[in-house]
Amino acid sequence: MADPLTIFQVAGKAMSAQLLRMNTTASNLANAGGVASSEAAAYRTMKPVFRTEYDKATGLATVNVESVVTAGNSPTKRYDPSHPMADKDGNVWESAVDETRELVDMMETARSYQNNVEVMQTAKSLILDTLKMGR
Amino acid sequence: MDENSLFGVHGAALQVRSQRMGLLASNIANASTPGFKAKDLDFQVALQAAEGPGGLSAAGMGAAVKYRNPMSPSMDGNTVELSTEQTAFAENAVQYQTTLSFLNGRINTLTRALRGE
Repeated sequence: MADPLTIFQVAGKAMSAQLLRMNTTASNLANAGGVASSEAAAYRTMKPVFRTEYDKATGLATVNVESVVTAGNSPTKRYDPSHPMADKDGNVWESAVDETRELVDMMETARSYQNNVEVMQTAKSLILDTLKMGR
Repeated sequence: MDENSLFGVHGAALQVRSQRMGLLASNIANASTPGFKAKDLDFQVALQAAEGPGGLSAAGMGAAVKYRNPMSPSMDGNTVELSTEQTAFAENAVQYQTTLSFLNGRINTLTRALRGE
C-alpha cells in the first residue's frame, strides 16, 4: 500500500501534472503549422488526461496524469506540388493545432501551477509556526 | 473534553483546521480534473468529533466532510470554483494561525506561572 498523502504531496503531484500539461502545450505550439508528406506522419495535438487520486486514510485527493492522448482535428490536406515534402499526388498534410486554444490552456496551466505553489508555501509557513509553538 | 485541560478547545480546533487545509489543498490541486467534486469540512461537526475521546477519527472526519454546492456548475462535472477555494484556504490559514496564538498564550501563561515571574 502506498504511503498516506501529505499536503505537500498533494500540491507537489498537482504541480508535476500541470507541468506535464505545460509540456504538451509547448509541443503542440512548436508543431503548429508543421507539414508532413502523409496523414499518418503529420503531428496531432497532444492532451494529458487528468485523474484524481484519492487517499482513503487521510481523506486527501491529488491529481495524476493517467495518459497522454492525441486529440483535436485531423491534419488538413493541402495541394502544393512545388512543396519539397509533397507526396506523389502533390499533397502535403498540415498539423491542425488550434493555437488560440493552446495559448488559453497555457495560461490556465500557469495559474493552476501558481495556486499550488501558493498552497505549498502557506502550508509550509503554518507547519513551521506550529513547530515553534511554546517558544 | 475537560474544560480545565491545558489547551481547552484549541488543541482539537488546530486538528480540525489542519484537516480542512488538506481538503482545500486537494480541491485546488484538482481544479482542472474533469468530474472532480469539491469537498469541505463542517467545522462544528468536526470539532465535536475531535473533542470526543481519542481525538479526530476517520469516521468522525467522514461524517463532517460535505460536498460543495457550486454556484455555477461547469460542463465537465468539476465543482471546484477557484475563487471560493482560494478564499476558504486563506481564511483557514488565518484561523489556523489564530488557534496557534491561543495555544501559545496558554503555554506562556503556564510557563510564567512555573517561573514565578
